[in-house]
Amino acid sequence: MTTPPDSLVLGGAQPDAGPEVGPDETVDRPARSRPPRLGWRVVAAKEFGDGILSVRLFILIALLGLAAVGAIYSTASFVGQNAQVASGTTGLFVQLFSHQASGSQVPSFAALVGLLGPLLGIAFGFDAINGERSERTLPRLVSQPIHRDAVIIGKFAAGLAVIGLVLLAITLIVSGIAFVVLGISPSPDDLARLAAWFVVALLYLGFWLAFAMLCSVVVRRAATSALAAIGLWIVLTIFAALLVGIVASYLAPVPADATLDQQIANTQLQLDLARVSPGTLYSEAADYLLDPTVQTVGIVPIEQQTDQRAIPSILPLDQSLLLAWPQIVALASLTVVCFGVGYVAFMRQEVRA
Amino acid sequence: MRKRGRLGRHVAPGQPEADLAIQTHGLTKQYGSLVAVDKLNLAVRSGEIFGLLGPNGAGKTTTILMLLGLSEPTRGKADVMGFDPTRQPLEVKRRVGYLPDDVGFYGELSGAQNLRYTAALNGIERREANERIGELLEQVGLADAADRRVEQYSRGMRQRLGLADALVKDPSVLILDEPTASIDPAGVTEVLALIQSLARDNGVTVLLSSHLLHQVHQVCDRVAIFNAGRILAQGRMSQLAAELAGDHLELEVGIDGPADQVEAALRAVPGVVDVQPDPREPELWRVSGPQSIRDRLALELAARGMGVRHLRRIGDELDEIYLRYFSRDEGDRDHAA
Repeated sequence: MTTPPDSLVLGGAQPDAGPEVGPDETVDRPARSRPPRLGWRVVAAKEFGDGILSVRLFILIALLGLAAVGAIYSTASFVGQNAQVASGTTGLFVQLFSHQASGSQVPSFAALVGLLGPLLGIAFGFDAINGERSERTLPRLVSQPIHRDAVIIGKFAAGLAVIGLVLLAITLIVSGIAFVVLGISPSPDDLARLAAWFVVALLYLGFWLAFAMLCSVVVRRAATSALAAIGLWIVLTIFAALLVGIVASYLAPVPADATLDQQIANTQLQLDLARVSPGTLYSEAADYLLDPTVQTVGIVPIEQQTDQRAIPSILPLDQSLLLAWPQIVALASLTVVCFGVGYVAFMRQEVRA
Repeated sequence: MRKRGRLGRHVAPGQPEADLAIQTHGLTKQYGSLVAVDKLNLAVRSGEIFGLLGPNGAGKTTTILMLLGLSEPTRGKADVMGFDPTRQPLEVKRRVGYLPDDVGFYGELSGAQNLRYTAALNGIERREANERIGELLEQVGLADAADRRVEQYSRGMRQRLGLADALVKDPSVLILDEPTASIDPAGVTEVLALIQSLARDNGVTVLLSSHLLHQVHQVCDRVAIFNAGRILAQGRMSQLAAELAGDHLELEVGIDGPADQVEAALRAVPGVVDVQPDPREPELWRVSGPQSIRDRLALELAARGMGVRHLRRIGDELDEIYLRYFSRDEGDRDHAA
């Protein structure tokens, strides 16, 4: 490491003679500080360390892990009992992740991630910025030679990494169980589908992380911020269908003597409205990716369903990806917008409350 | 006077006015209609300990944040070590160590870990950082507590850790915002001594803000008195006191005799502007006027056959000077502190 070009060495003093400078040596030694080129990485490394060792991580792993194991066990044993039906089916391994055992109350693994996954995103984002404020570490942090956005980018990157690790761990555990219970090994296509699903799931959790971080920028108290994020999560999970139904029947009413067109219009509107929710986008994309037999999640007219010419076929991965593409893009844009709003809000905020 | 003879040797990076570490020209910060800092002109010489003195809410922290590039000035310019904090915040932050008002640390990390994070943010290599952190913790007397979690630290320890933290980057300038706030008197003395020795040993220019006059007086070479966003006076403490007192004298006088006669006699002294009974001691009077009244008062009273039992000059003590600068309620609060 040499002296930075813009600093001066005075009176023959050595560049790093800082601590040895006697009481009578006046100041202007070159700065020892050499700002890291990628300040966000330093922030991310610290945050990642904190996240990995945090109590909340263990709570979440325990919670999600148990639920996931329950889900996969339920599906796997169902499939196991009906092995004859299943034998010879391609893409069986991935279907374990997306199929709910019929007659079971336990949702599939993919649905479970859609349901509980947001908790993971919220847990690692809700106090990202306001936590630094209430601990009074923010002024110290931003007075270091890093750009201010390094703080929020680093925290997002670290949060995403921790969440990704949790998701990966749980997915691997679940795959292992499926493998042991059923004794079928995944095909390369299965693995590719699982990987594609993993990326989408991470994007979905990334949305919740970004939203929770936005709350942590805008709301000063961590508890309030958590409440806001959890509130949206619950509204979208529980009341979304209800709200969508109400809005749709207002905009595209279905009278008692409704025509088929009116009914289709109403249903279509409901589907479109539901896609505002990242949860819907995720579950549709997951359906496409984890089940090669799914060709549409939209309305299927009855004549097509019974049409013998429509052979129930297995789609190759690229076709499934193509089907899921709009959902993936929409999910990515929601995440980017959420993060962007939080970013801008943070950059414009005063350091002092 | 360590800095005086050395000023000629000092050259700030790319800067013509070499002996100034910090200067501001008409620095102004407005929040809506509220003017937090008003056309501030400040000049801090390199190597000195400079005090920003003023009550809470005077605009000290706002000024400091602008010097660090953490808050954008509405108008005006600042210059820290030859760099404009608004345009080149990173260059400024490389050279300036900052101890915020009411400093906070990550409670679940140890003192040393907290400093290591700061070192990493300054791009200091791990080995070099560990060495320096060890030295600094030794200097601030926290070597034994280095590996304890910060949440177990006392306030005084946190404050000392904050000083070490500000020094991790080996700064040329140290900005300390209320470094002695909310620590006990013993701790205050300790921290002040520490600041002085750190500044001397590390050859650092120090800008410190405080609302406590005695502390500023104790450690600072020069002082700017600050209120409602403006500098009221700037210079050496003794100079300020003289400047402020001007041709004004306030005496506490004790005279035997009936109150009405005494008051009349005091008022009759040529030059006396005001006579008030002391609010607490009924025997004492407060007399104010130009410097000349001191001699005349004694003569005049002696001529009337009244014995002066007690005569004391008031108003040149630090606190009284200080109080005179500020509005009464703010002054009282600081005085009490």
